[in-house]
Amino acid sequence: MSSDVQPRRRLRVSGNVAVTALAFLVALVIGAVLIALADPPTQAAAKYFTAYPWDTFTAAGRAVADGYVALFEGAIFDPGTASQGTLSGILGPLSETLVNATPLILGGLAVGLAFRAGLFNIGGQGQVIIGAVFAGYVGFAWHLPAVLHVVVAVLAGILGGALWGGIAGWLKARTGAHEVITTIMLNYVAYYLLAYLLSVKGFQRPPYGQAISNVVEGNARLPHLLGGNLRLHTGLLVALLAAYGVHWLLTRSTLGFQLRAVGANQFAARTAGMSVERSYVVVMVVSGALCGLAGVSQILGTNTAITQDIDAGIGFDAITVALLGRGRPGGIVWAGLLFGALHAGGVQMQSATGTPVDLVVVVQSLIVLFIAAPGLVRSIFRIRTQGAGVGQQLAKGWNG
Amino acid sequence: MTATGVGPEADIVVHEVVEPPLTLRSRLTAGCILVAVGLVCALLLGLPAHGTAGFALSPGSPKITVSLPAQATCLVLGLVLVLLGLWHGVRGWPRSAMRWVLSATLLCFVVSFLCWAVTGQQGTSFDLLGLLQNTILTAVPLVLGALAGVLCERSGVINVAIEGQMLAGAFAGALVASVAGNGYVGVVGGVLAGAVMGLLLALFAIRYLVNQVVLGVVLNGLALGLTGFVYDALMQPNADALNNPKIFDPISVPLLSDIPVLGPLLFEANIIVYLMYVLIVAVDVALFRTRWGLRTRAIGEHPKAADTVGIKVLAMRYRNVVLGGAVAGLAGAYLTLGSVGAFSKNITSGQGFIALAAVIFGRWSPRGAVAAALLFGFTESVATVLSFTQTPVKIPTNFLLMLPYLATVFAVAGLVGRVQAPAADGEPYVKE
Repeated sequence: MSSDVQPRRRLRVSGNVAVTALAFLVALVIGAVLIALADPPTQAAAKYFTAYPWDTFTAAGRAVADGYVALFEGAIFDPGTASQGTLSGILGPLSETLVNATPLILGGLAVGLAFRAGLFNIGGQGQVIIGAVFAGYVGFAWHLPAVLHVVVAVLAGILGGALWGGIAGWLKARTGAHEVITTIMLNYVAYYLLAYLLSVKGFQRPPYGQAISNVVEGNARLPHLLGGNLRLHTGLLVALLAAYGVHWLLTRSTLGFQLRAVGANQFAARTAGMSVERSYVVVMVVSGALCGLAGVSQILGTNTAITQDIDAGIGFDAITVALLGRGRPGGIVWAGLLFGALHAGGVQMQSATGTPVDLVVVVQSLIVLFIAAPGLVRSIFRIRTQGAGVGQQLAKGWNG
Repeated sequence: MTATGVGPEADIVVHEVVEPPLTLRSRLTAGCILVAVGLVCALLLGLPAHGTAGFALSPGSPKITVSLPAQATCLVLGLVLVLLGLWHGVRGWPRSAMRWVLSATLLCFVVSFLCWAVTGQQGTSFDLLGLLQNTILTAVPLVLGALAGVLCERSGVINVAIEGQMLAGAFAGALVASVAGNGYVGVVGGVLAGAVMGLLLALFAIRYLVNQVVLGVVLNGLALGLTGFVYDALMQPNADALNNPKIFDPISVPLLSDIPVLGPLLFEANIIVYLMYVLIVAVDVALFRTRWGLRTRAIGEHPKAADTVGIKVLAMRYRNVVLGGAVAGLAGAYLTLGSVGAFSKNITSGQGFIALAAVIFGRWSPRGAVAAALLFGFTESVATVLSFTQTPVKIPTNFLLMLPYLATVFAVAGLVGRVQAPAADGEPYVKE
C-alpha cells in the first residue's frame, strides 16, 4: 500500500483515547471468548456442535451476556438492589468501585512518578505491605485522641512505604543495583516479614490461632464518606489530593523538572549539574510513600486488620494503572477508576455466574498489552493513530 | 579504560587495559565488612558452638561422615576472614582476586554457620548430602530459567517474563501429561507453551517495539491470569482427568551412580535434571564456541554492525527468544512433572524472578548464571532444612524463607555492583 495510489478510506482517529477504547474493546472480546469456554452449558452444547451449532452460540452468548451484565452490576449500578430504594442499594456498586480504585490510584501514581524519572518500581507490593504494617501498628498499638490518631497512623504508613522504597533507591544510587531486581526481592522480604509479624504476640490477634493482626482502633480509621453501610472512605480524597500533588510536583516544581530531566536523559541531566543519584533516592522515597498511602487506605480504610494478603495484588495492578494512565496523574486517576470498576465487578461476576475473578487480571493485562502496542490495535482496526506506544518513551535497557 | 600509547612507528597503536586503583574508602569499607563477617563467624557462631559437628555424606551404609570440632572450625574460619579483611584494608586485593576472596568469604561463613546450627542436635549427624541433593532439586527451575534469560538477553531482548513462561510451561505440562497419560508428552507440551509465551514476548518486543521490562511484567500478569482462570474454570473441577500427571521416576545412571557422594548427588535424578545438565553445557558451548553463538552475541551487543555483515538481526532475535521461552517452559514443566506432581495457581511463586536475578548476578554468562542459581538453590534448601533442624537459637522460619531474597539483594548490590549488560539489551533494532 504505497501512498501514491488512491489512499484507502480509513477511519481516522487521533489521540490516545481511541486506542485506549479499542484496546478495552479487544480485551473484552477476548474475555468473552474465555467466559464462553469456561461456561458449563456452553461446553455441554459444544458436544453436539456439528448437529446443532446454533445451540453452542446461544449458550455462549447467554454466558457472556450474564457475565458482563454481572460485571456492570457489581461496578456501576445494580437495578436489583437499587429497587429496594436504600442509599446503599443504589450507590453500593459505585462505592465498591471507588473503594477498589483508591489504592490503585495511589499505587499507579507511585509507579507513574517513578516512570517519569526513568525508574521502574515493581516493589509496590512490598511498599504497600510495609506501609500497612506501620499504619496498622500505630492504629492498634498506640492510643491517641481522635483526630491525632488517624493523622499519626497515616504518617506512619507513609514513612513505612518511603523507607521500603528508599532502600531500593539508595541501593541503586550507591551501588548501581538495578531497581527491578531489588524491588522484586524486597517484595518477598516484606511478605515474609509480614508473615513473621503475624505470628508474634503483640501484633497477632489473640487467641493466636489465625494469621491476622489486632483490630485497628476506631480513632485511627479513615472516616467513611457516605455513612456506615457504604465502605467508601476518605482515602479516595487522599488519593485525589495525592494525584494533584504529583501533578504539581512534576510540572510546577524544580524537583519535578530534575526528575523528568533524569528520566529523559540521565547523562544530559548529569552534565547539566543535577545529581542523578540524589534523584534516584528521592523518586523511590516519594514513590514508596505513595505506595505506603495505598497500604494506609487498605488497612485504615478498606479493612480493619492486617492479613497476609493485605496488599491485594496492588503492586502489579498499579503498574498496569500507571501504563494505562501513561504516567500522567490525570490519566492514572481515570485508569484507577476503570480498573477499580473491573475489580468490583469481577467479584460480583464470580459470585453471580461462577466465572473466575482471574478474568479481570487477563482483561487488565490485555488492555495494557494493546495500549503498549498501538501498532497492533492499528492493524486490527486498520486505523491511523498518532503518538507512540506507552512504553516507548521509557524504552531503556538494564544499562540505562 | 583504554590507554593509547604511540610508539616510534606512529601507526602502531597499543591498547592496554588499565584498571583504576581501588579507592582507600572502598577498600576500607570492604575490609571492615570482611572483618565483621569474620568476627560474626568466630564470636557469634564459634563461641556458643560446643562439641563436634557431624555431617553425613551418604544416604545409607557405608556411612561417610565428616566430623569437625565445631568451635575450633568456626574460630579458624573466622580468623581467616579477619585476616583477609585486614589485608584488603591495608594493601588491597587486586580486582581479579576479589572474586576468589568473596567466594572464600561465602564458603567460610556457610561452613561456620552450619557448624553452629548443627551443634543444636548433639549425637546425630547432619544430612549434608540431603542438603546438597535438595539444593540441586531446588535449583533446577532456577538454572533452566536463568539459561532462558541468558539466551534472550544475549540476543538483546530483556526477558522479565521468565516467570510467565515458566507458569505457562508448568500449566501446559500438567494438563498435557494428564490428558495424554504420558509425562514425556507433557514435557513437550510445557516446552511448547513456554515457546508460545516467548513468541509473544518476541512479537511485541521486536515488531511492536514495546518497552521490554514493561512487556515482561504484563506478560507475567497475563500468564498468571490465564492459567488461574482456566485452572479455576476447568482444571480444578476435573482434577482427576486434567491435573493428575505422574511425577517422573528418578533414573540411576549405571556405574556413575555408584561413585560415593557424587553418584547419589548427581546421577540419581529424573529426566529433566539430565536435560538440564545437557542444556547447561550446550548453551555454554554454543554461545562461546559456535558461529550461532558469535552471531547471537553480536546482535546483543551491536545489532547494526551485525546487520552490516549480513546477519539477520530480527529473525535471529525471534528464534533465540522463542528458544529461551521453550527452555523456561521446560523449567515450568519440571515444577509440575518433576517435583510437585500437580499444577496449582501461581505455582512458580517468583522463581522466574530469582532466575532473572541469577542472570544479572551471573553477568549474563551461562556459567555465572548457573552458579548464581545454585547459590540461590542452596540458600533456599538451607532455609528449608534448618526449619526442621534444632538450632542452638531458634530462628523464625519466615526469616529463613527470606534468606534467598535477602541474599539476592546483597549479591546484586554488594558483590555485583554496576554490572554491564549486553550493550543492546532491551533496545529494539529498527533498520534504517
